[in-house]
Amino acid sequence: MRGDARDAQAAESPPHPTASGTRIGLLALLSLLLVLPALALDFPPLTGRVVDQAEILDPAARAALTRKLADLEAKTTDQLVVVTLKSLQGTSIEQLGVELGRRWQIGRKDKNNGVLLIVVPSERKVRIEVGYGLEGTLTDAIARLIIENAIIPRFRANDFPGGITRGVDDIIQVLSGDAAEWKQRAAHRPDPTPPWGSMLIVLLAMGAFFVVFIMIVGAMPNTSRTRRRGRSGIGWLAGSGSSWSSGSGYSGGGGGFSGGGGSFGGGGASGSW
Amino acid sequence: MSTATLGLARIAVLIPVLAAGLGLLAGCGVNNIPSYEESAKARWSQVLNEYQRRADLIPNLVETVKGYAAQERQVLEAVTNARARATQMQIPPDIVTNPEAFKRFQEAQAQLSGALGRLLAVSERYPDLKSNQNFLALQSQLEGTENRIAVARRDYIEAVRQYNTELRTFPGAIWASTLYRGNKPMETFTVAEEVQRPPQVKF
Repeated sequence: MRGDARDAQAAESPPHPTASGTRIGLLALLSLLLVLPALALDFPPLTGRVVDQAEILDPAARAALTRKLADLEAKTTDQLVVVTLKSLQGTSIEQLGVELGRRWQIGRKDKNNGVLLIVVPSERKVRIEVGYGLEGTLTDAIARLIIENAIIPRFRANDFPGGITRGVDDIIQVLSGDAAEWKQRAAHRPDPTPPWGSMLIVLLAMGAFFVVFIMIVGAMPNTSRTRRRGRSGIGWLAGSGSSWSSGSGYSGGGGGFSGGGGSFGGGGASGSW
Repeated sequence: MSTATLGLARIAVLIPVLAAGLGLLAGCGVNNIPSYEESAKARWSQVLNEYQRRADLIPNLVETVKGYAAQERQVLEAVTNARARATQMQIPPDIVTNPEAFKRFQEAQAQLSGALGRLLAVSERYPDLKSNQNFLALQSQLEGTENRIAVARRDYIEAVRQYNTELRTFPGAIWASTLYRGNKPMETFTVAEEVQRPPQVKF
C-alpha cells in the first residue's frame, strides 16, 4: 500500500523543464504575493485577555482588566477579550471583528460563548463582537447601549482606559445576569464546521481495513514465506501504533490564555466617536 | 482438499485487497463532493435564516416609524411591499443550482435592502423618532442583522467556491463525471455587498 502511494505520487509530480519551470515558479510567487494581502488580514497574536496593539492602556489598567476577565471566565466560562488595534487594514470593523474572533477562536467550542471588545483609536471605531452562543444574552441592542452610554462618552474625553473599563464592567454585568437569561440561552446554535468528522471516519475506516488485511495475511496457512512476512507486518504495525499513542498527548493552553474554539457569526454592535 | 484451501486463501486475500482499495478510494477524496455540498447547503440555510430574521424585524420597525413620521407614506409602503415580495417568493428546493431562481431571490432581497436604507435615511429627519428607545433598539438589531447577513453570505460564497472547485479540479472532477453526475455547480452572489448597501443620503 505504501508502495502504491509512492508510485501515485511519482506519477502525479510533473516533469521538470528547466527554463520555463523557474519562470512559472516566479509567476506563481508573484501572483501569491499579489493575492495574499487581499485575503489575509494581519492580526496581532493572542498574547492574553487584553491585547493592546494600539498601546492606549497603562500596565495597571491592563492588569486590572485581565483579572476581571479571568474572574468572568472562572464564573461563567464566557471568554471576553479586549483588543485595541492600530488600524482597520482597509476593511470594516465588523468584518475585522468576525475574522479576529474566528482566528483566535474565543469562547468554548461547544458553547461559542466568546465576546470581543475591539477599539481602533486611529479610526475612532469601537465594536462589541458577540459569539453565536451569547447573541441571546448580549443582544445587538444591549451591545449598542453599552457602546453609546458607557464607552463613547469617555472616549470622546480621551479617557480610553476609563471607557474600556466601564464597557467591560457593563458586559460582565450582562453576561453574569439573572438565572432566567441563563436558561434561555441553553439552546445554542450548532457549530458550523462539519467536514472534520467525515475525514476522521474515513481515516479510521482505512486503518481498520489495513489491520484486517495484515491479520488475514498473517493468519494465512499457506507457506512459511508468507507467514513470516505476515508476522513482521504485525510487528511493524504494533511498533508504529505505540509510537503514535505516545505522540497523541493533548496539549492545551498550559499556563497562558488561549481561545477555546468558539465561532462568531456577526452578532454585536459598533459605534464611532 | 489442497485446492479448496488455496481457493479459500485466495478469497481471504481478495477481500482485504478490495477493502483496502475502497479505503484508498476514500483517501482520494471520493467523499469530498458530498461533504462540501452539505457544507455549502448548511451555509445557504444560514443565509436564508438571516434574511428571515431581517424580514421579521421589519413590521415592528415600520410601526414605530409610522408613529412619528406617518407622512413618509411612500417610503413606508415601499418597505412593506418589498418585504412582502421577498417573503412571499416561492423558493424552489433546487435554488442553489438554479441560476434564474437564485437571481430572482437575490434581486428581491436587494430591493428590500434598498427600501430599508431609504427608510432609515428619512428617519434621520425626525429627532423625536431618533431618540425613541424602541427605535434605537430596532435600529441596532437591524444593523446587527445586516451584518450577520453579510457574514452568512461570505461564508456561503467561500463554501460554494470550495465545492465548485472540487467539481472542476483533479481528482474531484473524476468523481463528478462518474459517481456524482447529478451534482451541478452552485450559484453564488453576484451583486457585491457594497452595491447592496443602502444608498447614503445627505441632508
